Amino acid sequence: MRLGYVLRRFIFLIFVMWTAATVLFTIPRLSRVNPIRERFAALARSTGYAPKDLENIIASYELKFGLDKPLPQQYADYMGSVLRGDLGVSLMSYPKPVAELIGEALPWTIGLLLVTISLTFLIGTAIGALAGWPRSPRWVKGTVTPLMVLAAIPAYTLGLLLVYLLGFRLKLLPMGGAYSPGMVKALTMPFALDVVKHAILPALSLILAYVGFYALGMRGMGVTVQGEDYVNFAEHKGLRQGRIFYWYYVRNAILPQVTSLALALGGIVSAGILVEGLYGFPGIGSTLSAAITANDYFVIYGVGFITIFAVGISMMAVDLLYPLLDPRIRYDRK
Amino acid sequence: MELAIPTTAKGPSQRTLVLRYLRRNKSLVLGLALLAFLLIFSLGGSLVVDTAKLAYPLAAVPLQPPSAEYPLGTDKDGRDLLAVMIRGIQLTGAIGIIAGTLGIVIGIVLGLLSGYFGGVFDSVVRWMTEVLLTIPPLILLIIIAGTIVDKNKVTVLTMALVVSILSWVGPTRVVRAQVLTMKERTFVNVAKLSGMGNIEIIFKELMPNMLPFLVASFVGQVMGAIGASFGLEVLGLGAVREPTIGMTIRWAQFHSAMFNQWWWWILWPVLALIAIFASLSLINVGLDEIANPRVRRTE
Repeated sequence: MRLGYVLRRFIFLIFVMWTAATVLFTIPRLSRVNPIRERFAALARSTGYAPKDLENIIASYELKFGLDKPLPQQYADYMGSVLRGDLGVSLMSYPKPVAELIGEALPWTIGLLLVTISLTFLIGTAIGALAGWPRSPRWVKGTVTPLMVLAAIPAYTLGLLLVYLLGFRLKLLPMGGAYSPGMVKALTMPFALDVVKHAILPALSLILAYVGFYALGMRGMGVTVQGEDYVNFAEHKGLRQGRIFYWYYVRNAILPQVTSLALALGGIVSAGILVEGLYGFPGIGSTLSAAITANDYFVIYGVGFITIFAVGISMMAVDLLYPLLDPRIRYDRK
Repeated sequence: MELAIPTTAKGPSQRTLVLRYLRRNKSLVLGLALLAFLLIFSLGGSLVVDTAKLAYPLAAVPLQPPSAEYPLGTDKDGRDLLAVMIRGIQLTGAIGIIAGTLGIVIGIVLGLLSGYFGGVFDSVVRWMTEVLLTIPPLILLIIIAGTIVDKNKVTVLTMALVVSILSWVGPTRVVRAQVLTMKERTFVNVAKLSGMGNIEIIFKELMPNMLPFLVASFVGQVMGAIGASFGLEVLGLGAVREPTIGMTIRWAQFHSAMFNQWWWWILWPVLALIAIFASLSLINVGLDEIANPRVRRTE
């Protein structure tokens, strides 16, 4: 792998983040909604208290956030603050910085999604490999279409069914939250087990919703690889089936799967955000859904920005790892 | 359309061939059957049930479980859930079809222009699609819908338009890639040498060959649009006054229907959504078999 490729890939990431930041800068300015006014309006509705000098208060806030300066100046300031990791302050829990709010929620989301994505990738690839292998039993080959249909159904909907059946009806698993109320948050065995128990349903909703995507991709590649000369050659040499399966068939078919791992990341993360809201799992998805209900715009933008950043960086990581897995790929300029 | 129809006079008729093909392509048949059921239920249902009244609040006794009078029950705000499902499938389907159509039309135009003519325009389009492919669509839509649109004035049409903002990305990539692989083939060169103009080549040579991909891409975008609008609706960014499937689930969740044992309020919209996605996905699997004959071997 050449340095040039790494550099180009990195510049692309910066470009993506720049676009995201620009969108986040532009959209609020296109809209007639004033977040601060909205917040005071909501306060007035819920508490019946409407400050008399509301316009002055709003003007003072705009001064504080620099909204009175000319646009190019605002844009430069905004980009500067984004570079420093300053995402503004939450209106819902003022004056807590958005970055701090996200920082508290992020470990839960990362934990849930890392486990879910790894399991989905492994299970899906295994099923796809078996389904594409000519010597597999018929029923194994038939599993892909139902999984594909499952993959089309939003994870949120699957989550609703699961929570109803396993959580509410059969009472096998907790219906929401990340740990039982009253649990001491510490690195102890009972707490860890409790967290795992709470994470099963959200994880299962996501796994069921995405396993078919990887299974279908792997089966497609598997079918292609089967026809290759080196597989025929291995068969004629009389190699054991197991060896052909792992080292000739799976090893070659799995490579494009890594690319589709990167492609599906955005979808899984979005689905994860919705599923978190459904289960009240205390990650950034729940933060986002609370922020939408409360009109807390800065938190919405912050979560959006962080998510785009996380997905962008993960996709870059996968792209950079790819040539290490496939020695044939070299990203040289032609 | 991709069937190998024998040129000899005594082969089986085209109808027999199509039927024979459909017997093998079970996904396509199952998907179309499910879609037909949904269409008959929602379009036929609106002839029998007065959805303009019953699908909206205060039309029925609230919170009735399924009974002879209300076959699917009623919700807390007094909507008749049978009417809600009939109207909801129409509205949700409309969001998908509007966004899917806009997406595919814009995608064809951008994809053809950038793939066929190349140049600076191509580079711009390629960069835009690549950047947008990196950004999770739902996140971008949440930011846009959460800011620009007044939450209480969202209609089904605004929903469809918001979702359309990103529905052109996929089709553009598909069309561009297809054009790039086809443009160098012999038949395009022959057409060029025989004096065909660019426009004629695009419409007479390229488009017919892309049809299976276009149809699959359209179905994919309809699914994507319905999925994205569902995501927005569940988060509370949907058309609050309209009984779409997603809004029905949103209200059921909002009023904790599950904890309160009002199972019918949540079960029907979930089943409807599953039926919609299952039918479209099966159709797509079936179309994929037509477009990529290689997959056929394993079935």
